[in-house]
Amino acid sequence: MLCSVPSQFLVSAVSPWCLPAAGSPSGSQGHGRAAGSVSPAGIPRSSRLGGCAGEEKRVGTRTVVVGHRPVSDTEACVAQKFCDNRIVSSKYTLWNFLPKNLFEQFRRIANFYFLIIFLVQVIVDTPTSPVTSGLPLFFVITVTAIKQGYEDWLRHRADNEVNKSNVFVVENAKQVRKESEKIKVGDIVEVKADETFPCDLIFLASSSTDGTCYVTTASLDGESNFKTHYAVRDTTVLCTDEAIDTLTATIECEQPQPDLYKGVSGQSGVAVYTGMETKMALNYQGKSQKRSAVEKSINAFLIVYLCILLGKATVCTTLKYVWQSNPFNDEPWYNEKTKKERETFKVLRMFTDFLSFMVLFNFIIPVSMYVTVEMQKFLGSFFISWDKEMFDEEIQEGALVNTSDLNEELGQVEYVFTDKTGTLTENSMEFIECCIDGHKYKDCLSEVDGFSQTDGPLKYYGKAEKSREELFLRALCLCHTVQIKEADQVDGLMAHPERKYTYISSSPDEIALVKGAEKYGFTFLGLENNFMKIRNQKNETEMYQLLHVLNFDPVRRRMSVIVRTSTGKLLLFCKGADSSIFPRVQQEEIQQTKVHVDRNAMDGYRTLCVAFKELTEKEYDRIDRQLNEAKMALQDREEKMAKVFDDTEADMHLIGATAVEDRLQEQLAETIEALHAAGMKVWVLTGDKMETAKSTCYACRLFQTSTELLELTARTVGESERKEDRLHELLLEYHKKLIQDVPKNRGGLKRSWTLSQEYGLIIDGSTLSLILNPSQDSGSSNYKSIFLQICLKCTAVLCCRMAPLQKAQIVRMVKNTKGSPITLSIGDGANDVSMILEAHVGIGIKGKEGRQASRNSDYAVPKFKHLRKLLLAHGHLYYVRIAHLVQYFFYKNLCFILPQFLYQFFCGFSQQPLYDAAYLTMYNICFTSLPILAYSLLEQHISIDTLTSDPQLYMKVSDNAMLQWRPFLYWTFLGAFEGLVFFFGVYFLFQNSSLEDNGKVFGNWTFGTIVFTVLVFTVTLKLALDTRFWTWMNHFVIWGSLAFYVFFSFFWGGVIWPFLKQQRMYFVFAHMLTSVSTWLAIILLIFISLFPEILLIVLKNIKEKNHQSSRKAPDSLSARPSVRPLLLRTFSDESNVL
Amino acid sequence: IKPSSPCNKCLNVSWDSTPPCTCTINFTLEHSFESNVFMYYGLSNFYQNHRRYVKSRDDSQLNGDNSSLLNPSKECEPYRTNEDKPIAPCGAIANSMFNDTLELYRIDNDTRTPITLIKKGIAWWTDKNVKFRNPTGDGNNLTALFQGTTKPVNWPKPVYMLDSEPDNNGFINEDFIVWMRTAALPTFRKLYRLIERKNNFQPTLQAGKYSLDIAYNYPVHSFDGRKRMILSTISWMGGKNPFLGIAYITVGSICFFLGVVLLFIHHKYGNRNTSADIPN
Repeated sequence: MLCSVPSQFLVSAVSPWCLPAAGSPSGSQGHGRAAGSVSPAGIPRSSRLGGCAGEEKRVGTRTVVVGHRPVSDTEACVAQKFCDNRIVSSKYTLWNFLPKNLFEQFRRIANFYFLIIFLVQVIVDTPTSPVTSGLPLFFVITVTAIKQGYEDWLRHRADNEVNKSNVFVVENAKQVRKESEKIKVGDIVEVKADETFPCDLIFLASSSTDGTCYVTTASLDGESNFKTHYAVRDTTVLCTDEAIDTLTATIECEQPQPDLYKGVSGQSGVAVYTGMETKMALNYQGKSQKRSAVEKSINAFLIVYLCILLGKATVCTTLKYVWQSNPFNDEPWYNEKTKKERETFKVLRMFTDFLSFMVLFNFIIPVSMYVTVEMQKFLGSFFISWDKEMFDEEIQEGALVNTSDLNEELGQVEYVFTDKTGTLTENSMEFIECCIDGHKYKDCLSEVDGFSQTDGPLKYYGKAEKSREELFLRALCLCHTVQIKEADQVDGLMAHPERKYTYISSSPDEIALVKGAEKYGFTFLGLENNFMKIRNQKNETEMYQLLHVLNFDPVRRRMSVIVRTSTGKLLLFCKGADSSIFPRVQQEEIQQTKVHVDRNAMDGYRTLCVAFKELTEKEYDRIDRQLNEAKMALQDREEKMAKVFDDTEADMHLIGATAVEDRLQEQLAETIEALHAAGMKVWVLTGDKMETAKSTCYACRLFQTSTELLELTARTVGESERKEDRLHELLLEYHKKLIQDVPKNRGGLKRSWTLSQEYGLIIDGSTLSLILNPSQDSGSSNYKSIFLQICLKCTAVLCCRMAPLQKAQIVRMVKNTKGSPITLSIGDGANDVSMILEAHVGIGIKGKEGRQASRNSDYAVPKFKHLRKLLLAHGHLYYVRIAHLVQYFFYKNLCFILPQFLYQFFCGFSQQPLYDAAYLTMYNICFTSLPILAYSLLEQHISIDTLTSDPQLYMKVSDNAMLQWRPFLYWTFLGAFEGLVFFFGVYFLFQNSSLEDNGKVFGNWTFGTIVFTVLVFTVTLKLALDTRFWTWMNHFVIWGSLAFYVFFSFFWGGVIWPFLKQQRMYFVFAHMLTSVSTWLAIILLIFISLFPEILLIVLKNIKEKNHQSSRKAPDSLSARPSVRPLLLRTFSDESNVL
Repeated sequence: IKPSSPCNKCLNVSWDSTPPCTCTINFTLEHSFESNVFMYYGLSNFYQNHRRYVKSRDDSQLNGDNSSLLNPSKECEPYRTNEDKPIAPCGAIANSMFNDTLELYRIDNDTRTPITLIKKGIAWWTDKNVKFRNPTGDGNNLTALFQGTTKPVNWPKPVYMLDSEPDNNGFINEDFIVWMRTAALPTFRKLYRLIERKNNFQPTLQAGKYSLDIAYNYPVHSFDGRKRMILSTISWMGGKNPFLGIAYITVGSICFFLGVVLLFIHHKYGNRNTSADIPN
């Protein structure tokens, strides 16, 4: 099939505009080639020429004066302002970076919250100095600013590279070298071969006299084949600088619009749109930010903690005033209020008290969590691109991560939407067989229908007439848009070392066909001056004049060429999908071919039918006129062209059909099965024929033989006017079958499709549009919901004959269903981009249909099979990591702040902080930040191999399982328990007269320091307990953090700091450690805090071991962590002490 | 040991009552104290950890900084200046320093033998030698060094008259330093005096009757507080601490219990495991 032929250039390249321009000869065959290139920042610069507007002046058009020479006085006065040709993709400049970046950062709710806290601390008399929250905030802001600044610097560099590149502009009959950014609208620009177009151009002339040029749009849509474009006819002759300078003309065209494909490409032309107005730039809109489900959970938890915070502050404020109602408590003789305090109004005092409590407890909202999450995502994405298993030898590339925001989303996928061609299949086509007039011709080595081939390059199953054979092969040779590329050009797609040239086409099918014809003796030698050269079986060269190409488009699903033979005969060859060819040929010819086509389709081959007709001179003249008229049309051009094509491609004679095999990708079936086992539903959305797609689905085990297929296709629905009714009946029938007849008990379980009967659904594009866009009168608006219910009950859904937009429609439909499941789209071609953008996670295959899909995707992998590891291993791990990270952050801040809250009950609710300011500041950014970061980067709670080989494990984390309220409550209770243990443990310890052996006493700062020490150790050791995968880095950061804490405490307490008002911590830590009972208490408290965790792990292990032994699989014992010995060891320690 | 009836008459004392209200409490030690004895005073319902109180001090003044001496930190308000003179030491903590005098006597056949109470070595070494310093200047005359400052409002004597010994006077008076280390909880004890063991043949404090003479200056009745005097010996682990012992015993027994249970399960499981292996 031909669907990959660029449909974008439907609008003929011949422009009605008559403007001379300088030619720029070079490249092979006298044609310059211009290849679009991608600037590093991802904005492809390329060569688009503006679409031309109507003859009469319309509102919303712009008039471009070519070469800045006014045509007449009347027009000169209409001076329009156009922007210059600078491309700006960067966000900041040197001047506005600070304010703009700060503004953007403080728009984030968490940062804003901390800014408010900071301001409160500055304004109000609060228990902690502004530094305690200012410093972490500053740290977070700085880290983010550095990251964003670096990214913007890269963009600046890329912009400069483009903006400062040299272009040649023809001014006063001379070529003038200019920087790209200085091109003005109306300049005549000369582009040499292999250069990138600096802006949108109108093609005036080329070096070759026929006024053609070849343009690749690789940077636009990823298609690397050449598209031929023709210069404006009246200007083709102006091939020199001098000639072009004589040109006086104006162009009228539309105002800039982002519709990419209305343009005309060219090689040297007039600058029409410049700078940010180029079509490319207009099309480059930031993708709408995809937000992961994890982030939503984080926000929910944040709100909970905010409520806790507000609750705590309210409780404390209330109790404070209750407590203070006793005047002895409010103001005892030893602790009088200051004058200012006494004079403040009570309400204001209460308010400031409330704010002070907020400030005191504000650390419960983890300031560094966002920056840690960001760093985790940023650094974590490297692991995907570094994955050696996802490296593909063939294209020498590994996986590509375009956005790191969605790593964890990969572990949450419920629906996989996949393209077929190029995604499930290799998209490397091979010509398998053909049939001519119902006789089958087959290559020697393949095997079809059980007939094994013996010898000879070709075996004939029966014979068609020789002339028909030749006609068929000539048709294959002529009816295409394949181009020849010299073999020394290494970047070709199909390199054949033994040949001097390679075939290049946007459609691999065409190449396969041309090569197929070559095997049968007809070789396409190339196109020269509109003459197609063919070497026939007798080694003679035949010349055909190419008169018209009726390009492929997905609506017609066929393409045609009109050629004139050397003998002067006019022939039209047409090839296309059977459904589009059969109605246009003599009916009696169809039957014999149809058998073959159907059988080939069943075998999973892509089939094309070939037809021809002879045209008389008169007919041709008419067609030629009509075509040109349509091409010139300024309005409704596409419709007019379509109509002419339709008229032209009628009453043809069917010659035969071809079958091209698209091989399945390696390990496809295993991957699909693994995805199924992991609880994902796989939907195939393809533009292919139903039969072809179906057989592929069977081949890749998407449909099992036991799967009951429900069909909603043109075949079952029928083609009559009654089809809506019939559709309705079918829908109801299926609905009944799937939903009503199923026992109720399955209703609650969302992912339970280990059903006795699996269902598969097949639907085609026309039926789908019937369902999604029902006609008004039928009153069938509930089709959609019934259809959706059916879809969601099916294990596998195959949607064939899909238009790109329909693909996106389906994705959106599923995405918006109840429970909003996470969807993933994977595809390789430009036609998949819409669904890739639509889905939660878009994955591009770095395939043969260009790079557009992978550029628009969030992740790009070389092959479909890599999806398995990407989802099952990476996705799972990233989800577990980030979930743990988030929970841990909330947990550690809860048990950090809870003792401080409890302390308020013992200090008269006076907002006295329990910990020293340095500890408050450093806790989140120094003492406990790195271990969790390392954990969240490296943890593999289950080894990657196990994860990849056991897809069932994926279900364990489905539905955001680790960030639901239950685990959240578990963590919260754990944090609360530990906070209580810390505080009351030390509280009871301080009931003692003295903790030191010399009878000296400790003060409140020692109290806080003991709590803090226990806290830091517990929190870090808790992480150590959770870590299942130890690398040297984990060891380094965990033990390093603890060591740093001890070191810092000594250091902080060891010096009288001149900048501090109070030397609270002076030798507090050192004194604390001289006390034996403090040591004992610290060890005890850490142990008690971790005890539930240890117990849980032990119990879990026992359960697992029992489970294993009952399954008689005692092999993985060595993998168990050594928790039991740890427990025993601690236990024996205890008894020693006693 | 609480102040009971004998001191009730002093409940309503104020700071500057002269002569101080004195009272005597008799008590009996059941056991003799063999090693060094530490004498504490305890206060309850006294919020030394109140924020306003905790921050009401100037550490650089206490460190002997001359400029801070005459210009104390604003944190000391409202105990910063008195009659336009800077207070040394400033702040609420210093102002409310415990100023009862406790004297211990052994009653032996109706004769009262005073027991030597050592008042040095009760503060942290680092506090006494580094953190707290008297202002520097010409000569060692503290009176001259504290020139231009005034005593805290509630103090009967200025800071340079806290003690007769020069290395325990001024800011480096150990009673003062001990007081300045704010307690963590509203009920707290502070070290008051040491009673050293004199020789190896006699216990430090023999069992018997004792009497405690209190010069009652420090009012606690207004905030519903209480005063206590505690005599304690100290082991290598510090003072008597029921909490740690109980906690360790509890946790230990839980661990032991669980250990036994798990061992039992392990045994059972281990057997099953081997039996499972045999068919293989």
